[in-house]
Amino acid sequence: MSTYAVLVEVTLRPDVADPQGATIERSLPALGFGEVAGVRVGKAIRFTVDAADEPAARARVEELCRRFLTNPVIEDATINLGPGS
Amino acid sequence: MKVGVVVFPGSNCEHDVVEAIALLGGDAQLVWHGDRALGDVDAVVLPGGFAHGDYLRPGAIARFSPVMEAVVEFANAGGPVVGICNGFQVLTEAGLLPGALQKNRRLKFICTTVEVRVETTESTLTRRATAGSVLRLPINHFEGNYTCSPDVLAELRAEDRIVLRYLDNPNGSVDDIAGICSAGRNVCGLMPHPERACDTILGSADGVPLLGSLLGARVVVRKGRLTASPASGA
Repeated sequence: MSTYAVLVEVTLRPDVADPQGATIERSLPALGFGEVAGVRVGKAIRFTVDAADEPAARARVEELCRRFLTNPVIEDATINLGPGS
Repeated sequence: MKVGVVVFPGSNCEHDVVEAIALLGGDAQLVWHGDRALGDVDAVVLPGGFAHGDYLRPGAIARFSPVMEAVVEFANAGGPVVGICNGFQVLTEAGLLPGALQKNRRLKFICTTVEVRVETTESTLTRRATAGSVLRLPINHFEGNYTCSPDVLAELRAEDRIVLRYLDNPNGSVDDIAGICSAGRNVCGLMPHPERACDTILGSADGVPLLGSLLGARVVVRKGRLTASPASGA
């Protein structure tokens, strides 16, 4: 068993309107950041998971994302997984 | 008619639902979310509020409450289930209704009265209402913007499962959807609060045809005030 550190980023799917991201993006030119585009707002969830190896850990986290951490109708998850501390 | 009203930690409309059902001649009882059984009930209401603080997503944690297994079983057996506001969100998270409710289009919490049109009377929520009639009902939500895939929307339309539509869409819901029903037509979800519109002293009695439908009650107009009488043998 090893411990893996996990960061799950939950974002709205590309085809779902993201009013928070759009509002932030609209405010950027006034601040002098007119070159910034494609703003999407999501949430980050950090945790650790114990598993036999990295593929096993990733499989468990994928299942967790599908069943609970995201609503697949409107959200995607990006899983970042590395050695735990 | 016994109606179980599920109470999650953070529900806040359960007593309004109990009052409204009692007013319409039904017998409502609260069911704690931690209970594994619904008891001897003929219908279930998931009331509004902020179950489990809406943490993660509205309804995301509530759907795993112990009572939800019994609710799913009851619904799959054809039992009438209505989810109001947060209850609608719980029903979509639980997979009893398709689609999802996301943040309102303009990121505003909306607390106002809206007009909705009854689109079909083929549902547990509208069978005693009049198709095409317009109801004035309160809404009170941040995440009421109904969304679903184009395939699901086509299916909802083809099967006449859009139960209520907003006349003036307040939140960005696809196709002006305010309420839908399941393929079996026994599970209904809606964002407006019919329980807060069951007496003219509250500004509207237009919720009566909806909750009256759930109770199987005949809806009658008496001296300008809508009331419902329990159905006799119906």
